Amino acid sequence: MALSPEEWVAVRLSLKVASVAALVSLPAAIGVAYALARGRFPGRAVLDGIVHLPLVLPPVVTGYLLLLTFGRRGPVGTALESCCGLVFSFRWTGAALAAGVMAFPLMVRAIRLSIEAVDRRLEEAAATLGANRVLVFATITLPLALPGVMAGLVLAFAKALGEFGATITFVSAIPGETQTLPAAIYAYTQAPGGDAGALRLSLVAIAIALVAVVASELLTRRALGAGRLS
Amino acid sequence: MITFAARHAQGDFVLDLAFMSEARLVALFGPSGSGKTTVLHIIAGLIRPREGKVVVAGEVLTDTAAGIFLPPHKRRLGYVFQDGRLFPHLTVRQNLLYGRWLAPRRVRFNSLGEIVDLLGLAPLLDRRPATLSGGEKQRVAIGRALLASPRALLMDEPLASLDEARKAETLPYIERLRDHSALPIVYVSHSAAEISRLTREVVRLEAGRAAPSPPRDTGRN
Repeated sequence: MALSPEEWVAVRLSLKVASVAALVSLPAAIGVAYALARGRFPGRAVLDGIVHLPLVLPPVVTGYLLLLTFGRRGPVGTALESCCGLVFSFRWTGAALAAGVMAFPLMVRAIRLSIEAVDRRLEEAAATLGANRVLVFATITLPLALPGVMAGLVLAFAKALGEFGATITFVSAIPGETQTLPAAIYAYTQAPGGDAGALRLSLVAIAIALVAVVASELLTRRALGAGRLS
Repeated sequence: MITFAARHAQGDFVLDLAFMSEARLVALFGPSGSGKTTVLHIIAGLIRPREGKVVVAGEVLTDTAAGIFLPPHKRRLGYVFQDGRLFPHLTVRQNLLYGRWLAPRRVRFNSLGEIVDLLGLAPLLDRRPATLSGGEKQRVAIGRALLASPRALLMDEPLASLDEARKAETLPYIERLRDHSALPIVYVSHSAAEISRLTREVVRLEAGRAAPSPPRDTGRN
């Protein structure tokens, strides 16, 4: 089962898009997960709802909203282009943005669960020893939640890898730029004689997803054990 | 060395207590549910009382009337929890040094070596908390609190989770602490035997209030 050069391009692009999507959204996901797990503030339920929105909206809607805000003529897209030269529309960066947004709820959920599993009494103990909230988070909460953070990262990577609807709506499927693995598979299924190619790429997608889900599961199990008081 | 007054409600439970002590070791004695741990939490700043004032070694830590409330990390009080609460991801040495590392240099009054000797911790330093016995855990917890160079020690039933043999083994360390350090200690226990061995200065608690002292304590100043 050898992949053609064009297929390799799609696989590599997918891996790049998914890695960037997962890594760049990680700090924000940790922040939101901590706020949802430990914070008590007005609007917490609203934040929770917004974070979960991409999970329940049709992906086309998410993609369209991204197009409206981050597209060439969108308010955020225009601002980012003039200030930092960052362009999303019809670029791989846009594919990463779409994948990141779609994967965000899963990542937040995994991290939030592992933070909630950290015994708050350990955080209290650290405070009596002189650690302020930032230090308590950095030295106690985050290290104990780390396996869950890794699980969230892997899960988000897997989800980003499979993202299709929002990506194709936002940045289309330009081979070599925005045509990720799922988009390439879809293109094969629409072309006469594309069955073999579609099957080859599907097997690649299945293999990557399987590895990611198993890794995520193993890490989550470790996370739930780590935060308990010995 | 400690002045405490607080009125605080938590659900159905109401704490209404005031006491003052100049003793090296003052014991809070009472049945479970009488509010002993709540008192320690208020002293440590883990609970903000509705009304109250806490002064330790001349430092006002809480004074609701004056709007003073120091957060726990600024109080420098060594809290030894009933369940130890050692950090599971750190070694014994790292646990011991956690608070020392955070204490400003000018307030440090002890070293790792001294505390390790005092509490007999040398063989444990590279181990993880999960591998320690109950008595070892409590000694590490005491050492960790001491190494933060606290103004006072708060000990919440430090022997309650230990069997008789471990109790007998750990109690002398606490007596050593009482006699050889200038630190005021607030010691919570529901064991009369433990307390009579440690101090004559006892605050008796019953359902959140000071209980009258039994006859043998009267007539003493």
